[in-house]
Amino acid sequence: MRRIGVVAALAAAGLALAACSSGNSGSSGSSGTGTKASQVEVFTWWAAGSEKLALDAMVGVFNKQHPEVKFINGAVAGGAGSAAKDLLQTRLQAKNPPDTFQAHAGKEIADYIAAGQLQDVSNLYDEFGLRNAFPAELLKLLTVDGKIYSVPSDIHRANMVWANPAVLTAAGLDPKATYPKLADWFTALDKVKASGKTALSIATTWTQVQLLENVLLSDLGSDKYIGLWDGKTAWTGSDVGAALADYGKLLSYTNTDRDGLDWPDATQQVIDGKAAFNVMGDWAVAAFTEQKKTAGTDYTYFPMPGTVGVFDFLADSFTLPVGAPHADGAKAWLQTVGSLEGQTAFNKSQGFDPGPQGRQPEGLQRVPADRDQVLRSGHDRPVAGAWSGDTDRRSHRHLRRREQVRDRQLERCDVPDRARGCGQIGRSPVGRSPSDNAVCGSEVLPARTPSSSPERKRCS
Amino acid sequence: MTAIPAPTAIAETLKRRSGPTPTAVVPPGAKRFSVARTLRYLLLLFFLLAILIPVYVLVVTSFKGVGEASPARAWAWPHVWTLVNWQAAWTTLSPAILRTVQMVVPAAIISSFLGSMNGFVLSRWRFPKANLVFTLILFGMFIPYQAVMIPLLQLMLGLNVPSGIPSLIILHVIYGIPITTLIFRNYYESVPVELIEAARVDGAGMLRTYASIVLPISIPSFVVVLIWQFTSAWNDFLFAVFFSSSQNGPVTIALNNFANGALLQNYGSSMAGALLASAPTLLVYILLGRYFIGGLMSGSVKG
Amino acid sequence: MLVSVRQRRRVSQWGPPLLLISPSLILVGVFVYGLIGVNVATSLTDEHTSAQSTGRAPVEFVGLKNYVNLLYSPAFQHSLRNLVLYTGVFLLSALLLGFVWAWLLDKPAVGEGIFRSVYLFPMAVSFVASGVVWRWLLNSNQGASASGLNRLFEMLGLGFMQNPWWNNPNWGIAAIALPAVWQLSGYVMALFLAGFRGIPDEQREAARIDGASEWKLYRHVIFPQLSPVALSAVIIIGHMSLKAFDLIMSISKPANYQTKVPAVDMFTLKSTYDYANAAAVGTILLLIVAVLVVPYLVRTARAEKNR
Repeated sequence: MRRIGVVAALAAAGLALAACSSGNSGSSGSSGTGTKASQVEVFTWWAAGSEKLALDAMVGVFNKQHPEVKFINGAVAGGAGSAAKDLLQTRLQAKNPPDTFQAHAGKEIADYIAAGQLQDVSNLYDEFGLRNAFPAELLKLLTVDGKIYSVPSDIHRANMVWANPAVLTAAGLDPKATYPKLADWFTALDKVKASGKTALSIATTWTQVQLLENVLLSDLGSDKYIGLWDGKTAWTGSDVGAALADYGKLLSYTNTDRDGLDWPDATQQVIDGKAAFNVMGDWAVAAFTEQKKTAGTDYTYFPMPGTVGVFDFLADSFTLPVGAPHADGAKAWLQTVGSLEGQTAFNKSQGFDPGPQGRQPEGLQRVPADRDQVLRSGHDRPVAGAWSGDTDRRSHRHLRRREQVRDRQLERCDVPDRARGCGQIGRSPVGRSPSDNAVCGSEVLPARTPSSSPERKRCS
Repeated sequence: MTAIPAPTAIAETLKRRSGPTPTAVVPPGAKRFSVARTLRYLLLLFFLLAILIPVYVLVVTSFKGVGEASPARAWAWPHVWTLVNWQAAWTTLSPAILRTVQMVVPAAIISSFLGSMNGFVLSRWRFPKANLVFTLILFGMFIPYQAVMIPLLQLMLGLNVPSGIPSLIILHVIYGIPITTLIFRNYYESVPVELIEAARVDGAGMLRTYASIVLPISIPSFVVVLIWQFTSAWNDFLFAVFFSSSQNGPVTIALNNFANGALLQNYGSSMAGALLASAPTLLVYILLGRYFIGGLMSGSVKG
Repeated sequence: MLVSVRQRRRVSQWGPPLLLISPSLILVGVFVYGLIGVNVATSLTDEHTSAQSTGRAPVEFVGLKNYVNLLYSPAFQHSLRNLVLYTGVFLLSALLLGFVWAWLLDKPAVGEGIFRSVYLFPMAVSFVASGVVWRWLLNSNQGASASGLNRLFEMLGLGFMQNPWWNNPNWGIAAIALPAVWQLSGYVMALFLAGFRGIPDEQREAARIDGASEWKLYRHVIFPQLSPVALSAVIIIGHMSLKAFDLIMSISKPANYQTKVPAVDMFTLKSTYDYANAAAVGTILLLIVAVLVVPYLVRTARAEKNR
């Protein structure tokens, strides 16, 4: 009988713990019954590093502008956003959205819009006077079916190359050189490779996709590049094929441990002098500034070869989800995000102050590398070239097209004429290096369309 | 880790052969085998060291500061033993560890009770098609959970079960039923029939038999099942990643986020985190190892 | 009397047991078989977008189209190939290692308990935690910047053995099998040990007295009796490896091509709201596992019945 007592006690303990934990777990979403406009839960993945600094700066301005609204930091660490995005997906489906969440402006929020999870904030643009504050092209790209669904907090340029002058000099190159075309760049990359250093440092999948976008932009030009996403340019065209060949060639210059790294590691290789070049958006400047490196002496930067005058933009923005528990608080936050002081504080805190004009390479003069100027000027046309649409590395719908591209590339591997495709990349007769398979072997998602390509043969 | 069943064949074998390690008969001319014996020990030792390599890496790296993180010093003994990594790991992971305890204990207890009832019924009280029912339940243990994940997500959403620990408790209980049933059934098969018969002769109904006779003698099996479910639920990652997040979930998803999610790799704190996350199950293994192994063998536990 | 006494007694005999077991029956029925059914139904639709998942766009029945697309897509074929490769390497290595350990420990040895405990302890560790340390060990840098096992090889003068491990596009998945082997060979060892111990000493003695050599002893007495054990080990390790997910998420990333397997594909698809394809991948996995497991279960059930 005593044993029964023990067993029963265990059972009771178990149930008590279960009740306990279910009580504790209701921590998602807003807590408490605050009055309207009393708080706002801001969901981002800026939980550490320079991104957190920027968020803190924005919060400082927010507290000044809206002291009656309490800021609740809903940042989710890790995964450079993937953990946050998974959690967001769960919460949105459970109809338990945060008051506002961060998303890249452009196609990335199309999924949320299509699912009816975002509110139209066009009226806020009128209310806060943002229609005049942002460049018209940017507004055009933010508008979906005549409505705008987010307020951008910053704009980044994604087609930049960062270089280490010391490594370049050691390889016999001019550290101040920029390369008008990819072909010129290949010559330089060869020289660096010959000098024993990594020519081009790159990291995991999304950075490789970003490189692909840059190559496409470079080889196709901005009009045709935009055409890729709205159907005007055929993915199966020969120009795209040539761009893919260039991409494959570029990957052959990269570090072999790329898939285990994320972007700071790759950029760090340039900072440390282990690699000569790194293709990364302009947010990389934060890494250099943090380590007290000076532009011009410790590092140089220039637009991706072949994309001078083109601003491939990537903008973080904040949204207003349907069913946000504190919509008024969210609107207050959005106002700060769109305001001049908010944006200035946000961007300046990341060190986006590129230094004396005189030291900038020629190509950048026509483009406002200082984005504060972009946002302050408002009415001015920011670039001589076109704004190209952001494909956003995480926009999976566009990656589907890349699968088609890749299938196409694989077909090329069967082509006996080795003028293009995998066969061209340095082949070693024994023990192929991963980069040889880079193009044929790189994929992000399983394809959804049946590939009519015949049985794939490995390039060898 | 998903639960592993012990095949009934093994249980059969162990039933035939009770007792601890039997001493093998030493064949004549033992001296002749000394070379072979030395070789054997060398091999055993080699494997031992090989298995322990990751442990060495875990411990040594977790105490190294950022300065010693260079590849050249990858395998070296730390110059300076620092607790920085452990502090970072503890700060991030301790809430998750607490939540994991809150999840694992109820799940283990409830699923072991259910398993005990099922096991008893299936082994002692024959009803039509009992065998078929048992096989159908057992199949539930082998299925890849990906095959039910999408509807499961929608079901839990529809039932308004909060994501995180509550969902996970329910899921671990339900999907733990097959393995606990198996272990208990095999255990009850070894219970002498006379006990049950005696109770029946005395006029006891099934519930009385269960409560007053069977439960008390099931303690050893309960220990095995509890340990098994504890370890299995503690180490689970698949359900955690679908039904919770690093903020409201168990330590596996928090560890994965902590170690792999950061933009810049910090191996020192990742290793410390891995050790922290594994400490409870390792402790259980060290202290209650034979019950753990007993769980593998499902049934022959010498109490 | 509408119900005979005999019938009533029978009901009262197996009524209560059924009642006691019914909660579990219902739960398993719904959460295993019911959900499998719903999953298959979902896989036969065209629910690929977020709009459909929230009901803002219609969902239509498309039959087996998703399966056809998946099986024809080179990316999914690569996943399947990875799965086969991973299972093959994992299974063979774990069986071999487990058997060798059991064989070494079968004869009495000093410190047998210690050896056994150490060989078995990796089972208590989660795949995620083991992934953390194996990620470090399987670091794919070579040469000057080598870390992990590559650096160890270098230090031991085995520099030629350095290789990119899981970053190899063709064989990378085999490197992921290494931590799995580390963790589960102990289990196989435990199974084989039980098997060895299950062979009566008298049989061995009899064979020896008859003059059989060690090899003949193994071949004709021990191996045949171990084959049920080996079969069980194959089934269990096999079905675990078909579900491989944790290790890959921990060591590699879901998006990586080299280490893609169906379980990871399913997760990626679910994250992009492509529920129909995710369900289809799940069903394909189920079929593969069923092919392995159902015959074994049927056989075991039949053996039970004939007892």
